Amino acid sequence: MSAIYSESMMESVKKVEATRAARMATEPRRLTAEEKDALLKEFHPDYNEASFAEIKVGPNKGQKAPLELANMLHSTSRLMTDKVDITKVDYDVDVLVIGGGGAGSSCAIEAHNAGANVMIVTKLRIGDANTMMAEGGIQAADKPNDSPVQHYLDCFGGGHFAAKPELVKRLVMEAPDAIKWLNELGVEFDKDADGTMVTTHGGGTSRKRMHAAKDYSGAEIMRTVRDEVINLGIPVVEFTSAVELIMDDKGQAAGAVLLNMETGDYSVARAKTVVIATGGAGRMHYNGFPTSNHYGATADGLVLAYRAGAPLLYQDSIQYHPTGAVYPSQILGALVTEKVRSVGAQLVNVNGEAYIHPLETRDVNASGVIRECREGRGVEAPNGEKGVWLDTPMIEILGGEGTIEKRIPAMFRMYMNYGIDMRKLPIMIYPTLHYQNGGVEIDGDGFTTTIPNLLVAGEAAGGIHGRNRLMGNSLLDVIVFGRNAGKKAAAKYKSVELGEMNLNHVSAYDAELEAAGVKTNDVSPLLLPKYARHER
Amino acid sequence: MENMVNVYFYGKKYSVPASLTIMTAMEYAGYTLKRGCGCRHGFCGACATIYRIKGQNELKTCLACQKQVEEGMYVASIPFFPTDKRTYDINEIKPTQQIMMELYPEIYSCIGCNACTKACTQSLNVMQYVAYAQRGEFEKCAEESFDCVSCGCCSVRCPAGISHPMVGLLARRLTGKYIAPETEHLKNRVDEINSGAFDELIQQIMQKPIAEMKELYNTREIEK
Repeated sequence: MSAIYSESMMESVKKVEATRAARMATEPRRLTAEEKDALLKEFHPDYNEASFAEIKVGPNKGQKAPLELANMLHSTSRLMTDKVDITKVDYDVDVLVIGGGGAGSSCAIEAHNAGANVMIVTKLRIGDANTMMAEGGIQAADKPNDSPVQHYLDCFGGGHFAAKPELVKRLVMEAPDAIKWLNELGVEFDKDADGTMVTTHGGGTSRKRMHAAKDYSGAEIMRTVRDEVINLGIPVVEFTSAVELIMDDKGQAAGAVLLNMETGDYSVARAKTVVIATGGAGRMHYNGFPTSNHYGATADGLVLAYRAGAPLLYQDSIQYHPTGAVYPSQILGALVTEKVRSVGAQLVNVNGEAYIHPLETRDVNASGVIRECREGRGVEAPNGEKGVWLDTPMIEILGGEGTIEKRIPAMFRMYMNYGIDMRKLPIMIYPTLHYQNGGVEIDGDGFTTTIPNLLVAGEAAGGIHGRNRLMGNSLLDVIVFGRNAGKKAAAKYKSVELGEMNLNHVSAYDAELEAAGVKTNDVSPLLLPKYARHER
Repeated sequence: MENMVNVYFYGKKYSVPASLTIMTAMEYAGYTLKRGCGCRHGFCGACATIYRIKGQNELKTCLACQKQVEEGMYVASIPFFPTDKRTYDINEIKPTQQIMMELYPEIYSCIGCNACTKACTQSLNVMQYVAYAQRGEFEKCAEESFDCVSCGCCSVRCPAGISHPMVGLLARRLTGKYIAPETEHLKNRVDEINSGAFDELIQQIMQKPIAEMKELYNTREIEK
């Protein structure tokens, strides 16, 4: 099996093996606040000025955004050329949920249970979402030695003290109830025989509060909430993307123009409240990174909301997960869950040195990997990629034989598929584009700050995690803020009187682009990444 | 020069780099995927695919995002499979053998051909978990089916028309909700929060100046 690693890789593996016993006897030191800051400034991609551009129009004008996002914000709407008659309404609902991931599905369930007529539209299938791919776990302070206040401190500090306090409060205070809700829907959390949750650390947690369902945590949550959406009979319009919001003459959100991804036909949804739950942006490949995200993660919701006048928050803050797969090339960018480190694996450089504590926050650990590689202490793979080792055999030594198959079966399967037995050999990793820390700014109740009746939930929202998100706070965020949006939208729609619908904001935005002299040759939102190769 | 192989997408021949997966090879060939592409990392089951190697008669199943191309591969992706999910109220049903009989009676028509297990892209013992479901052993069914990504390849091959992923899903929900032991500390914490036990403390920490928060954060004790 080991033939799959090159000779030079195997030489380095020998060093990793030689230092293993000594490394296991001591825990790597945690960095000081000053050391972390210095590491981030020098090596984190967010500090690479060349990968950002100034936003020229709209509410965040003058601020920076990743080049690819700025390009989308500077591109024109499909509806400037494709004319759609919005007086012909195809769907008329109380709550329109755009996006069928964890946030959208939780939102729809709560809105339905509160009596609203709710509909989900989603670009691919319901459940084709980053939620499905979340592996490691979900945080909640439900153990006696923990408290929501401690969770608040970890989240706020890990996010560099930039998160909005009212959002962190909701996240941590509603976390235990989110776990209970999921458990009562039938999510199978890892538990001991007496019902105690099996919990571990994540990077930057001060208490072991990571709840998991093996390393299929997100999949287990997503398939359960999806099943519930179907059981409740909530309409789900799949392969249908929202391409613009519709406003009314009172300045309220009033629905969306939809595009059938397969036929190219447009349709119109009118809604008294609209929830954007469109997820992340990994498929924009900021900074040229590969991504752990699903195919449709193209920041669509940010573009829709921004064009209608909703400000973004921390759109310049991106999470690179420290451990993405680099070798073999078929799984380049795939997530290697942080849980691999939670259950004992260290980060080790080419010389066999555990150069950092494996459970620093993600931004710090990602910067550490980049530093090792840039300063010549990285491992080189035959595909030309660089990385460091994640010393997985440690897990079996620490937890006993069989721990890997029991606790991280998805990782084991992914590597065995290519003949790499992670129980015996370390695996090679490098940061992968993982999460959009920022998004559309929301208030404490989940509404945008400027557009009445428009809510945002899940990864598309900004401000919950400040400038760095902790492991397990995103699965938590999609459930807490998804449920919250559903309840709030259902409470709100009853008092909404819609006026006449219009798309004036689309042409106004286009005029603004023109006045600013901004021109791209693209239309936005992107909807799908352009992966097809065409010879001519 | 890259090592190339010949593959056939829906019968049409393309020369593609041998290092690619079926999914990336289709994109290399010029396809813009809409159906048959989801998470791209083996978790969502969107890219169920059937293939056969030229010169062999055996049909094989895989996830297009997880399978590397091979010379002479005839590939057809399954854009959608009409899996038969029955609906129910999770709060009304009970984890008895009866419920499988009511919702998925066709599992008792299983002829034991094991085609489902052979077709499983996750190498699960599908026929075994269906057998557990037949006997009302939901906990075992849940465990055996846990890694299922609902790609549906099992159902495509099943002569009895069983929707295996849906059977596993029902067993897991029943297990998670009714069979697994209740979590006392979770219930207690939710009660504490609802009774307002943390309201004052959370208000206090929300109002602390950043400098004090930094001090608190940087000196906090980390559980071993």
